[in-house]
Order: sequence, then C-alpha cells, then structure tokens
Amino acid sequence: MSDKFRKTLLTIIFIGFLFVVAWLADTYLDEYVMRVVRTGLVYITAAVSYNLINGIAGQFSLGPNGFMALGGYMVALLMLPLEQKEFVWFLQPLIWPFRVFSFAKPFFPLAVALGGVAGALGALVVGVPSLRLRGDYLAIATFGFSQIIIVLANNLIPVTNGALGIKGIPEYANVYQCLAWAIVTVLVISNLANSSYGRAMKSIRDDEVAAEAMGIPIFKHKLLAFVVSGFFAGVAGGLMASLITTVSPSFFSFSMTFNLLIIIVLGGLGSITGSTITAFGFTIVSEALRFVESPIDIGPIHIPGISGMRMLVFSLLLVLLMIFCRRGLFGQKEISWDYVLSRFGNCSQGVRTCPQKTEQS
Amino acid sequence: MSSENGAILALDRVSVSFGGLLAVSDFDFTIRKGELVGLIGPNGAGKTTVFNIITGQYEPVSGKVFFRGQDITGWRPDRVTRAGIARTFQNMRLFEDLTVLDNVLVAQHCRLRSSMLAAALNLPSYVKEEGLARQKAMKVLDRVGLAELAHTQAGSLPYGQQRRVEIARALATDPEVLLLDEPAAGMNPEETARLMEFICRVRDEFGLTILLIEHDMKLVMGICERIRVIDYGMSIAEGTPLEIQGNPKVISAYLGEEGNGYA
Repeated sequence: MSDKFRKTLLTIIFIGFLFVVAWLADTYLDEYVMRVVRTGLVYITAAVSYNLINGIAGQFSLGPNGFMALGGYMVALLMLPLEQKEFVWFLQPLIWPFRVFSFAKPFFPLAVALGGVAGALGALVVGVPSLRLRGDYLAIATFGFSQIIIVLANNLIPVTNGALGIKGIPEYANVYQCLAWAIVTVLVISNLANSSYGRAMKSIRDDEVAAEAMGIPIFKHKLLAFVVSGFFAGVAGGLMASLITTVSPSFFSFSMTFNLLIIIVLGGLGSITGSTITAFGFTIVSEALRFVESPIDIGPIHIPGISGMRMLVFSLLLVLLMIFCRRGLFGQKEISWDYVLSRFGNCSQGVRTCPQKTEQS
Repeated sequence: MSSENGAILALDRVSVSFGGLLAVSDFDFTIRKGELVGLIGPNGAGKTTVFNIITGQYEPVSGKVFFRGQDITGWRPDRVTRAGIARTFQNMRLFEDLTVLDNVLVAQHCRLRSSMLAAALNLPSYVKEEGLARQKAMKVLDRVGLAELAHTQAGSLPYGQQRRVEIARALATDPEVLLLDEPAAGMNPEETARLMEFICRVRDEFGLTILLIEHDMKLVMGICERIRVIDYGMSIAEGTPLEIQGNPKVISAYLGEEGNGYA
C-alpha cells in the first residue's frame, strides 16, 4: 500500500505545482495569454468528459454542445446580477425563480456545479431514449437532441433571451477556478475509467454481447457514462459562460461538438492523457492560427480574410491523422505515475503500464 | 420441472423461430446438478440457439426455461449471468483491448457492491473491494494456469490461450452452470486433450454443472456423461456416449457415412 500512498503524494505535489505555475502565469503573463490559458483549461474539462462517453464507453455521441449549453445558461441565470437581468430581459420578463435572486461571487463554484447538474439531467433525459440505439443511429439521435436544446435556447425567450443571448455575466472564471475544475474532471474521470465501472464501460465498447453475457447491465452503464459526461460538459459550459461573459445559442452550436470531436480523436479515443494534452494544445494552436483568417498578401495574390479558415486547417489535420495515425496521438495509452516512475528508472513494485495497442497500420 | 428431481436447468417444450423458420421446436431438456452433458448435432441444427435461449439472448416463442426451479424465461442475458449461468462463445468474444486480468475483472463487476460514486472518488470501501476482486481474479487465473499472462493484452495471446481466458472469464462470474460453445474449435488434438482434462478439473474444483456443444467427437465421447443429439431443431436422441454411438437414428442423421469411424 505504500506504493499507493506514494502515488497519492505525487499527485498532490503535482497539483500543488500546477497551482504555483498558474499563480506565476497569472502574475507575469498578460491578460490575452491568460485568456487563452483559461480557455484551454475549460476545453480540458469539456474534452475529457466527452472522451468518457465516446472513447471509454464507446458510445458515439454528438451531443456535448447541448449539455454545455445547459450548463452555460444555468450559470448565466444564477450569476447574472439582478439589475443586469432586468436590462437583458427587456422584451419579456425572466421567469420566476431567477428573477428574484442572483448568486454572490463566493457562490460561483456552486453555480458551476449546478450547471453540471443541469448538464447531467439533460444527459439523463437524452440518454434514456437514445442509448437504446447503437453506432451511427446513436450519433444521429444525440445530434438531434442537442439541436433541440439549441432550438429551445433560441425560442424560450423568458429563460434564455432567445438569439440575443445573455450578456454581462460576471467574469469569475479565473485561472484557479478553471484549473481546479479541470483537475477535478481529470481525476474523477480517470478514477472512474480505471475502476470496475470503467472496465465495464470499456467491455461494452469492445463487445456489447460479451459484456452482457458477463452480467453487466449494458443500458445502465451507458447511461451512467452519459450522465457523468453530461455533468462535466455542463461544468465546462458554465465556466465558458463566465469566461466570455456571454451565452448565446450560436456559441453552443454544433461547431463546439466538432471542436471537441477533433480534440478527442486527435488525442486518441479512450486516452484521458491524450484528451488533456490535445485540448490545451488545440486552444493554443487555434489562437496561433488566427493569422490565417486575416487578409494575406502573397506577392500579387491577395487573400481576403476569411473567418473559419482555421477550421480548414484542423479539418485537414484530422484527415491526415485518419490516414497516418488512426488511433490518435496517444491511442489508448495513458501517462500514469507507474509509467513515469518506470521511465525514470525509479522502479516501483508492480509497475504496470497500460495495455499498449500495437499500431495496426 | 422443479429442482426436486435434482434438475438445476430445465427447458420445457421450448420453441424459437426466425421469420417463420422454426430453429428449435418443442425442445425438452433437463440437466441435473453436477452433470457434464454434451449437446451435439450437425451444423445449423440449433445447438447455439439452445444456448442463446438459456442465456436470454433469444426469447422463446413458446415454452419455458427453469433454473433451480425458477422460471427465467425472457430474462435479460446479464440477469441470467448474475443468477448463475455463465457461457463462452463459439467465435470467442474476448475484450481484446483489455488485459487478461481486466477481462476476468470485468466478469466480477456484476458482483460489485460499491456505487459508482465510491469508485470515482476512490473511497476506501471501493479500494478494498477492488483489492479483493483482484485477488480473486488472480486466483482464478492461477487455477486455469494463466497467472503469468495476467498483464498481457488478451487479443495478443495465441488461440488456445484465448480459449482458456474465455473460460476463466466465465468462471469469474461465480456460475453454477457453465455453457461451453465449441471450446475445442480450432484446437489441435494435443490441445484438445489438454482441454478435456481442463474441463473435468474445472468442474470438480468449482463444483460446476457443465453443458457443452462440440463437434470434436473424441472430446464429447471422452468426457460427457450424457449426450443429447439435436437435428433440425428437434431432439432426436439422448443417452450415454455408448448409446449415442450405437443409435441408428444418430448415425443416419448426424454421423452419416462419415460417421462409420465413430460408430
């Protein structure tokens, strides 16, 4: 058990180290860079939660933008100051419970958690009918449900203020909040993935018939994965709302799911390490690629600024990845303490790296 | 159809049809506790269908399935497994991406009592249960002689060992009845001989009742105490290996001309 104790200690030290780095960055780096960092951290939460249902349980869902929207609107409704609420809902009054109260700053983590609950409830409602389907059919059904959520956001004006969205959400999602939620997400989901429940989910991914013959209630486990995934998607949506201080249906459109899909496929379906690293990398690269959207002059050729050109780069990247490295950057591998310790020669007892799949192609 | 006569598993006039075609019709079958019974028949006779009825993959159009006197007709496969009937598959369905140990641990998941929250938060109650599950999994692997391969990826093992993993996985669900669907398929005579010995040993050590489907007549005649022959979804004979070998109905329907060597 001392081995386990050592790993726990290492984890705690590593988390402390991350917070110190966050503090240093917050002190010395400028506002723009920190905004990118915070966005990256929120994307970690979103991508890792998405990987649970798509990569670990192997259920191809296209719904995370819907659950993120639920979380985002929840946080917006809870955190928006009362006077701002009156200002935003000038056409139709906001519905009752949210009209009369608003959370103070210290309750922001609670609001984010409640955003997660909204995402989880959404996942439950979507999951019960759609998780009876498999593969492509499930993807279509979840896509449909997330579209329904966006359509509702566009039209339920007393709750969402329609297409205009909600502006003026206090920007409480600082780097520490974003980092803390990212760490919680990674820890909880990796614990889950390595637990008996995670094994059951992976067995469903590998072979549903065999998993059922092993006594695993398939539907229940798919739903569990879906709801946990929905919770953290809601959390990510809530943080995102506070980060950009506004929510609108167009922000949580399908392109959000598409981004997350690129991230988890790029990182390796089923690899939490992969999702974490690519989520952060994706955010930074997509900021760095902003120049491709501005007007460019190459000699006599003039390319006007086209917004969305960045997505072209990522789409190309995805195509190349599918051709040359189908299992993503990490496959199903994880960087665990076992792995790190064995790498640095400090061999602990019972060192075991995760099963490594040899590349097929 | 109760457990009074020692029956642990009983099929009572079971029929299954696929799009009007009767795959199994009016099938009666009783297995007593501790028996090792073989189910044989030509290709497409409905042997695997019988397994799928017992384990809940198919629901019979008529008839009932009893396990320890309890009507389990129409139960979902996972519930049947938790009740105590485990199976292997004809075309092996290992979780190839997982290690051998994880394959066996998956089979123990249905006995887990900790909640998902306890698992996600790594609470002591869960950690303890996980530790016990690992010990038990290693014990099962040890008894089937796979302990050294515990951390190998299941899909990378040679065929014969994958078969063993599949049986180990079935054993890890704590079954009372084990259904083996062509366990010797694709094995050479030497491997088959070892498998025969293995099956007998497993039955004695785990106190199991075993029903197996097999085409390898040497295996079936060698270890089964009782054999049931099925053809075109209907039961055509039952008896000891000797009786079956001498049964003219079986010879003509199943063994045919090629059967002379056995009969």
